[in-house]
Amino acid sequence: MSAAEIECRNVWKIYGERAQEALQAVVAQGLSKEEVRDRFGCVLGVRDASFSVNQGEIFCIMGLSGSGKSTLVRHINRLIEPTAGEIHVAGARVDTMGEEDLRRLRAETIGMVFQHMALWPHRTLGENVAFGLEVRGLGPAERHRAAETALDSMGLSGWIDHYPDQLSGGMQQRVGLARALAANPEILLMDEPFSALDPLIRRQLQDQFLELAKVVRKTTVFITHDLDEAIRMGDHIAIMNDGEIVQIGTPEEIVTNPKDDYVAEFVKGISRVGLVRAETIMTPLDGRNATEKTVTPESELGEIIDRFMDDQDDVTVLDPAVGAVGRITIRDALRALRG
Amino acid sequence: MDPLNPFDQEWVPVGTWAELALQWVVDNFRFIFQAVKVPFDIVLTALEEALTGAPDLLILAIIVLIAWQVGGRRLGLIAGGCMLAIGLMGAWVESMTTLAIVLTCVVFCSLIGIPLGIVAAKHDRFWAVLRPLLDLMQTIPSFVYLVPIVMLFSIGNVSGVIVTFIYALPPVVRLTNLGIRQVRPDMVEAARAFGASHRQTLYKVELPLAMPTIMAGVNQTIMMALSMVVVSSMISVTGLGQMVLRGIGRLDMGLATVGGLGIVFLAIVIDRISQSFGASARDRGHKKWYETGPVGALRSLLATR
Repeated sequence: MSAAEIECRNVWKIYGERAQEALQAVVAQGLSKEEVRDRFGCVLGVRDASFSVNQGEIFCIMGLSGSGKSTLVRHINRLIEPTAGEIHVAGARVDTMGEEDLRRLRAETIGMVFQHMALWPHRTLGENVAFGLEVRGLGPAERHRAAETALDSMGLSGWIDHYPDQLSGGMQQRVGLARALAANPEILLMDEPFSALDPLIRRQLQDQFLELAKVVRKTTVFITHDLDEAIRMGDHIAIMNDGEIVQIGTPEEIVTNPKDDYVAEFVKGISRVGLVRAETIMTPLDGRNATEKTVTPESELGEIIDRFMDDQDDVTVLDPAVGAVGRITIRDALRALRG
Repeated sequence: MDPLNPFDQEWVPVGTWAELALQWVVDNFRFIFQAVKVPFDIVLTALEEALTGAPDLLILAIIVLIAWQVGGRRLGLIAGGCMLAIGLMGAWVESMTTLAIVLTCVVFCSLIGIPLGIVAAKHDRFWAVLRPLLDLMQTIPSFVYLVPIVMLFSIGNVSGVIVTFIYALPPVVRLTNLGIRQVRPDMVEAARAFGASHRQTLYKVELPLAMPTIMAGVNQTIMMALSMVVVSSMISVTGLGQMVLRGIGRLDMGLATVGGLGIVFLAIVIDRISQSFGASARDRGHKKWYETGPVGALRSLLATR
């Protein structure tokens, strides 16, 4: 188990003049979002959120608009001040950090990608990408080199002196990613980075990012409103509703074992074929004989279904290290497919 | 007293009070107002001496080159034509005086108005106080404050600049405020997210993005300053306005026409040049300023040799 790179403990965000008062009342009496609004004139943005992100993993926060996911992610680099709670990033405590330390953390440790790219139109791509280095006071030669490297890694070599409005949306977001990577930060925060793109480009960028993530292994917090995307990208997923984290788990856990009706409603339409593994749906062998057809515990549902193509005999789950550990009937497979 | 027509009589002597108040200010604080005049005086004198002292053709050439640089060859021709017309009409010296007054006013309006606008954009409370003041400055007819200005600052070109300053300040403040507020929030947020301080965010992101709007404000300020030229000539400000005023006084149609046309031509030149300053880099096809106009032509000439 690798160390937690980002950790939020009991983070609350309440907007409004009487935030502290409202916080106490909410904690003491467990008021709902509407009650907070009516009694204190405050808006409850994030309610008691705790999560941790391991080094090198992609952590997706998924929720509909207004669920507080963008608010929550902005606590990690303190673009938004928490009303209460602790935030630890890369071994430092962010919520009590001084202004100068905070600026260094933002410029050197955390890169951020925005939904609508937020590239500055008056700056060339090179100047956009190297902005974080510029505000840290690095010289022009160093900035140029870093910008070139970052743009190259996103397949944008030779565009360094162009301006954002000369690029298509997909290319612009690649510049956004290059900008986040330019200072070689340990952490990436991605706020719905691909939502504004059309589906084909989105798919391409998702793949490109996954490829990149395999190589650079940045700790990534990835915000999305699209569960499909969260499942594709995430090692872990947190589902948010009304400012609260409803469930945290691996994609498989979320899909096979939704915690409540809200999550269940979301995962209903999700394809299980590439998600559910043999281990999850098998029943113990309990003395029965192993069959000819075998899969490994890590095999995905799609592969298991392939085994039933010719006949409907049970499939044995064979762990190469241990031997036969369980079996799956065609009913098990179909039930898993249905969800 | 006629009970049905009580208003035949003055009940509240506002006029007397105003007179007393002004007299009190003049008696006790005139030195402050005289001190305020000093920076205006320095800038105005310098500009006026430069513009009227230099050879006419040199000034003409400089104006044409500036116009060409910021607005292209066409604007250079327009500016040249207008200034030539002014010179041929015999209004050159007067137009230089007026230009000096307008430029002085723009310098001070920008120096004071742009920072005010920035602060107003950042602090809602300050803007709430400033806004009615600006409304007041724009709605009070300029004739009304001519009298107190003369009492406090005496007459002459410097007082003229101050009257014009009061009248022309609001647009640049308003549009700076608007421009900064209109910068897309995620652009500012991105700057903060990459570690920029408030000052860096302002200089590197907010001001450049607000610049077209701010320059529209400066342009408005210039136009309002020009529109004050005739009014301010009543407190014996010299220049084109005085030609018009004299023309009216003597029913000298010729003099008034020359002055009026001079103001129009000068307005066209200043308006076009200042508008071109506001055009964004995107409108100019992302060329650096030194790659176009006379400077660009000179550079390419030197490069080919």
